[in-house]
Parts: sequence; C-alpha cells; structure tokens
Amino acid sequence: MKKVDLVIIGGGAAGLASALSAYSNGVKDILIIERGNHLGGILNQCIHNGFGLEYFKEELSGPEYADRFIKKIEENGIKYLLNTQVLGIGKDKSVTYINSEDGFNKINARAIIFSAGCNERTAGQISLPGNRPKGVYTAGLAQKYMNIDGYLVGKRVYILGSGDIGLIMARRMSLEGAKVIGVSELMPYSNGLNRNIVQCLNDFDIPLRLSNTVTKVIGRNNLEAIEISDVDANLKPIKGTEKIIECDTLLLSIGLYPFNALLKQAGCEVNPRTKGSKVNQNLETSIKGIYSCGNVLHVHDLVDFVTLEGEKAGKCAAYDLIHHHKHVEKRIVVDAKENLNYVLPNYIDVTKDLNEVSFSFRVKKPISKGRITFKDGDKVIKTITKMNLIPSEMVKVSLNNVDFNEIATIDVSVEEF
Amino acid sequence: MKDINFVYDSIIIGGGVIGASVARYLSRYKGNFLVIEKHNDCGEETSSRNSAIVHSGYDPIPGTQKAKFNVLGNKMMGQVCEDLNVEFLRIGSITVAFSKEEDAILLSLLERAKENNVEAEFLTQDQLRKIEPNISPLATSGLLCKSAGIVNPFTLNIKFMENAMDNGVELHLNEEVTNITKRVDFYEVFTNLGNIYRTKTIVNAAGLYSDKVLSFVEKPEFEIEPRKGEYFVLDHFNTSFVKHTLFMCPTKVGKGILVSPTTSFNYILGPSNDLTYKEDYMTNTDILNSVKEGAFKLIPSIPLQENIRQFSGIRANSSTHDFVIGESKINKGFFNCAAIMSPGLASSPAIGEYVSDLIKNELNLEINPNFNPKVRKSSSLKTLGKDKYNELIKENPQYGKLICRCERVSEGEIVDSIHRNCGARSVKGVKKRTRSGFGRCQGTFCQEDVVKILARELNISLDEVNYDDLGTNILVETRKGQ
Repeated sequence: MKKVDLVIIGGGAAGLASALSAYSNGVKDILIIERGNHLGGILNQCIHNGFGLEYFKEELSGPEYADRFIKKIEENGIKYLLNTQVLGIGKDKSVTYINSEDGFNKINARAIIFSAGCNERTAGQISLPGNRPKGVYTAGLAQKYMNIDGYLVGKRVYILGSGDIGLIMARRMSLEGAKVIGVSELMPYSNGLNRNIVQCLNDFDIPLRLSNTVTKVIGRNNLEAIEISDVDANLKPIKGTEKIIECDTLLLSIGLYPFNALLKQAGCEVNPRTKGSKVNQNLETSIKGIYSCGNVLHVHDLVDFVTLEGEKAGKCAAYDLIHHHKHVEKRIVVDAKENLNYVLPNYIDVTKDLNEVSFSFRVKKPISKGRITFKDGDKVIKTITKMNLIPSEMVKVSLNNVDFNEIATIDVSVEEF
Repeated sequence: MKDINFVYDSIIIGGGVIGASVARYLSRYKGNFLVIEKHNDCGEETSSRNSAIVHSGYDPIPGTQKAKFNVLGNKMMGQVCEDLNVEFLRIGSITVAFSKEEDAILLSLLERAKENNVEAEFLTQDQLRKIEPNISPLATSGLLCKSAGIVNPFTLNIKFMENAMDNGVELHLNEEVTNITKRVDFYEVFTNLGNIYRTKTIVNAAGLYSDKVLSFVEKPEFEIEPRKGEYFVLDHFNTSFVKHTLFMCPTKVGKGILVSPTTSFNYILGPSNDLTYKEDYMTNTDILNSVKEGAFKLIPSIPLQENIRQFSGIRANSSTHDFVIGESKINKGFFNCAAIMSPGLASSPAIGEYVSDLIKNELNLEINPNFNPKVRKSSSLKTLGKDKYNELIKENPQYGKLICRCERVSEGEIVDSIHRNCGARSVKGVKKRTRSGFGRCQGTFCQEDVVKILARELNISLDEVNYDDLGTNILVETRKGQ
C-alpha cells in the first residue's frame, strides 16, 4: 500500500494553508485530496470581495484569495488529487478514496489533516412547513448557479436567515436584476457580519425582519408565495402575525455545520456543541495523528481565520511527524459555560514547555460589555474584558503566563457587566 | 405516431406502482399496450409518498380484496425485487401494545392473521424487549410478523415500468386523460394534448383520481376520500436502534404511527392520518409534532436531531374501505385498479398479475415468447465488490467520479439512470432512481452537478433542466452580459 507522510483531506482554504505550513515546517511528502475539479473549495464561488483583510491586509475576492495559496502549492510542487472523494478514514490513518484514474484506492498516512469544510443547513433540518416546490435553495447552491454557471434561480427572492451567504446573495441577485423582497431572521439579532448588513441589505433598501420566520412554503410545482410570521421569545410563531409574500425563490441562509461524517465514522470524538471533532490545543483529535481545522472543526466567520487555523494544524502535524509527540503530563478538560455556544480547544494536553493556549468561541447572544472568565472550579484563572461580542463573530483569546500544571479543569464563561 | 385508426389492446391510465405493475405483467403477453401518465415521471404521487412497507397482510379483514392481494403480493415481492433489481428486505414487523386492552386486540389480530394465512407470533413484554431493546418500557406486548418487509418504493415503481418497456410497452409522460368515450368495439381515450387513442380495454390505475377516471364512463360506486399522512425521515447512522417495522396497535382510523428502517438504512417515522383534499401535500408543524409524540411513545430514545426531511403523502382511501379491482359490471373491457390505499404497495405485484390475466383472458392474448422478467442490473458502489467496481471504473471512468457524497452515487450511475427505459428526465427523477440528493445535504452539493449531467445527456441547455414536472426549470435567466 502506498505510504504518504501527510494526507490533507479537502483542498479549500484550511487544507491549502495547512499544506503550505506543514511544507515550510519540514514535511515534504504531502498529498491533498480534493473532491472538486479545482483547488480552492468554496472560495471559487465567492466572487465578492472582503477576503484577506486580516491575513493579507488587503481586500481580495474569493478566487483571488485562493489563488495566492494555490500558486504556492504549485511552486512547491505539493501533490494533489482532484475529482477525488474520500470514502473512509481508518483509526490506523489509512485513507480510502475513489476517483476515475485510481479507482478505489487505499493509502497509509503517517498523519492526516481533515479540512473538509461545512454544509449548509437545509429546509429539512429546520422542518420548514408547507410544500416542497422548485424554488427553495440554500444560499450557497444559488450562489454556485449564479457565479459558476451564470444563471439566476429566480426573479422575486425572499431570504430566510441572516447568515452571511444569504446577505451576500441578496446583493448579488439584486445586482443581476432580481427583486429581493426581504430577509427574515428568527433571532432578535442578525447572524451575519455587520459589514454585510450594511453593504448587502441597507445599501439596497432590503428590509431585515428580526424575530420573524417563514411559516409556510406555498406552491405545488413552483414556489408561488411564502407565509412569514413574527416569533415570540421562545421562537414560536405568533398567531395573527402571518403575512403572505409572493415570490418565486426562497433562499435559506440558516446556518452551517461541519461536514464531519468521515471523522465521526473513524471514531474521533465529536463535540456535540459544534458537531465537529473534539481537539486539543494543537488541533489534534482524539485519534493521535489526525488533526482537524477550518469549517469542518467549527464554522468560522472569516476565511482569514480559517487560514490561520489551517496553518496551525499544518505546523502541529509537522512538529509531531518530525519530532514525535511531546510527552503529555496531564490533560485539562475545557468546557463552555454561561453565554457560550462552544469553546475550542476541548482539552489541553499539558507538556513541559506549554506556556500559552489560544481559545476560540462564540457567544450565544449579543453582549455589549463582556467579561470573559476562565475558572478552575471556583478559582478564577483569568478575566478579560471585550466589547461588542456578537454571535456572528468568533472570539479569540489567549491564556498565557499560567502554570497549566496547577489547573484541573477550565470553564469559560462570559457575562455582561 | 400511430395511425388514427390504430387500436391498442390496452391503455393503462396512471404510471404509479399499480399501473406500472399491470403494464409489466401485461407485457408477458403479445399485444399493444400504452401507459399514459400525466406527470414528468412515473410514481409521482401516492406511489412515492408512503411508508415503503411490504405489509405481511395479517390485519386486513379476511375475505377483502386488501387481504387477498396483500398476502399474495407479499409472497411475490422477493422474486419480483430480485428480477427488477430493487432493494427489498424482509425485516419483519411488530405491532406494539401499550395496555391490557391493546394486548387483547393483538390476540384478536393473531386470530385474524391465522384466517389470512399469515404467520404471526405473540410476544410477551420480555420477548419484545429482547428483540427490540430500544422499545419503550411501557410497551406491554407485541405481534411479530416475520414476512413483513421494506422496499424501495421509488425503484419498485420505476423498474416495473422499465421492465414493461423493455418488453414492448409504450409510455407517454406529461399527458393527461381528459375523457373516455365508449364505441362499439373500442374505447376512445382523449388527452390534454389533443390526442385520441383507441383501445380495446382500459386499466384505471389513476390512484387518487381513479374515481374521476371511472366517472368518464359510469357513475362510480365509491368515492376517493383522500387522507394525508406526514412523515419524518432520519439520516442513516451507524447504530441500528430499530430492527423491525414497529407499528402502534391499530385503531379504527388506521395503522397509526410506525417507526421503521428503510432499505437505504435511513429511518422513517409516521404517518399522521388526516382528511385532506387531493393536491394538498403541505406539511404542518402541529401534525408533525403529533408524529414525533407517536414515535417517542414507541422508541423514547429516537434520535430526532438526525431528522433530514419531512414529507407528506395522500392515501387514495375509498368510501367502501376496500380496493376496487376488476372489470366494470357495466362497461366490458374497463378494468379498475382503483382506490388503492394501504397496503397497495405490498399488493402491487399481485394486482398487476391478476388484472393482466383478466385482460389476457378477455382478449385471448398469446404468450409473449420474448418476455424477459429481469431488468439489466445497475452497478453501484454498494452492490459491486471493490474489485469488480474497479474493473467497471476502468471500462467507464464515470463510475469513479462520485457526484453525491452523502449517498455515494457516481456519475456513471446517474448517466445510466437517464439512458434506461423509463429513464430520469428531471433532478427528482435522478434522485428517485439513484438516491443522489436524498442524503443529509439534500442535494446542496450534488444538485448542480446533476443539472449539468441531465443537460449533457439529454442534449438540452442548462436552463431547460426541470426540477420535477415540466415547467419547473431550476435556472430561469442568464447572468447579465452573457
């Protein structure tokens, strides 16, 4: 069986960054496996700008952003397979894939970085009531038809959910001559980045209805209309607030979730909060030598952060491949408490020289003045204040100058003060 | 086009599982047979919107058409599915009681099973818990019917029609019968396309509209009273938490909520049972909540968070509470397969065989010496071993390109599903045949690829590809400047 030092599954933003980082940290025998016919993943259909502000300090489109990494992959001669689907990952770090050239094939990896991205939530997952006509799409699928194939899926559009792809598509379809009637958001706050609310809705006079949702899809063969309703504090529709809106398209921008099925099947522990894998501070899953990063680990707000996480995974994998794993003295379990949707890492493997751990989390509700608290039982380890925390933005904070050997568990919480 | 004076031996109205089955069994005989289906595919209504159960036949009232055809159909299903390359698993069903009164009902049903010649077995609470460990601790007893099974209802329907067409039957899609006139030696069948077809016999397999089709020639003695059932579909996952089809103890209104694995190893929960009108396929939050309650009652640990889709189907229930099968007493040559409600899917092969033989006797049809009961097998990752599949990829690299990652469907399978008799003509047609788009992502990833493959293989442009029926084009306008 063919052997490869490092197999990277998924050639999008996370996979490309992890490959380049592993390469520059000394691992040369790398294989990227990508299901699409091009490296770059979803970036290829994101033709709007706004990518790279954090990482490159300049504003790029999705394909431009991807290209910077793809060029380096080519320059370094890092190998990749396109149009290739991974079917299974073994505990022994074997990778089974299929494509037209090799057929079914199995390779043995010394380490795996899993960077397969995320899925969009569908109408079925939220039990959207009513009919199932043509005309209901996830925003990302409509984006693919628009930007890759050059077609509009409809002319009178309503959007459920204020996720960023929906907002971007509101602008995109407006520019192409469709009428975007409005956006309904179940929560009392937007789930998209503020800049997208301003640039994609406000600038186009598209109303955003908060605490509102679609309560009926109407139309036997083709979408004819939707019924929207206000919702109460428990997110239940309020009778008597129904409104019928005629439209031929309903885009769903109701959230993303990691496409983590392969690692779940491999036996990697799943974090029920994120649906991604549980990882330590080095992004290593519960199976030694398998790492996870990018949106398949937890859904990010900005691709720049995906890149940084990919780089970290590549660096950690390279270190472990070249120097072998450091001796772990103890494991600290990290838990998300009050007002946190989740926190990463899920555990800290304490090694001798460990002096800093960075954490990522999202808050459950907007908090204008936040006090972030790290606790070991009742003992406060550290507090950090941060302003304007919102669910649509990922928060990154670090613990340093702490003696991790003295800590049993870490609970992270945020409160308004 | 056939000559205006051409007379068919039989025209079958409706390409659902019953019409397709009659067509398939008729193709055992020499003759000119035509199926007229108003949708862009076969099996678009009740046939593809049901529980996908091959009932054992223990519970219909003895002596009814339902009892007769259900028991016979169940016996035939194994061979039929082997011939037609359709997924069928005889996993058995258990009807579950939750009280002393229901225990007594199960015992009376055990007697009924004997009358219907169906093997059944009463299970005590302990026995029940042993074979279904996840069943509610409140369940008191069960009635096990080992002959019950689950089938892929989409492909059963489509393969009946494919096999019928392989053996010479014609299929007209997107054509709706608008009237029928009886002449001296034949019937004239009028359609919405302005066609008039002549035929010696007619098979009324119009499902929900079978009362309407019969009313073209006589006043029906029954009326379709449509009842809607709403369902949840759960994703497939590693653990099998239910091994049999689990029914609630039946009540006067019906069989109640069931929880069952499907042939694709998903799980299905449902159906509700509410009066409706014929085009009402909407799902409703309140009704689905009642389905949830029923499913929780059977299996408290049911993983509803794995829910990936809800759907509804409409039963063609009859005011007479039984199937209407056989030749009209008034109109010779007019054969009804009407009011096919549950257990219609299980009964479908038996009804097809029976009605085709009635027609054969009436018209003195000869045996078709070229009849081949088997369809060409399709090749999929699931059915071929690794080595054979690799050989296939070498022959046809399209089998190495996976389009649907949730259900692991290759481009080769999709192309094959388009180019068979009764081939896919729409995104939904591909979905029903190959399962591409049936998985957790619900086509979010593969739909665009499927649209491109359909356009290429049917030699049409991208914006001519329909989601389902004609006029459901997914892409409506090109981007500016293109």
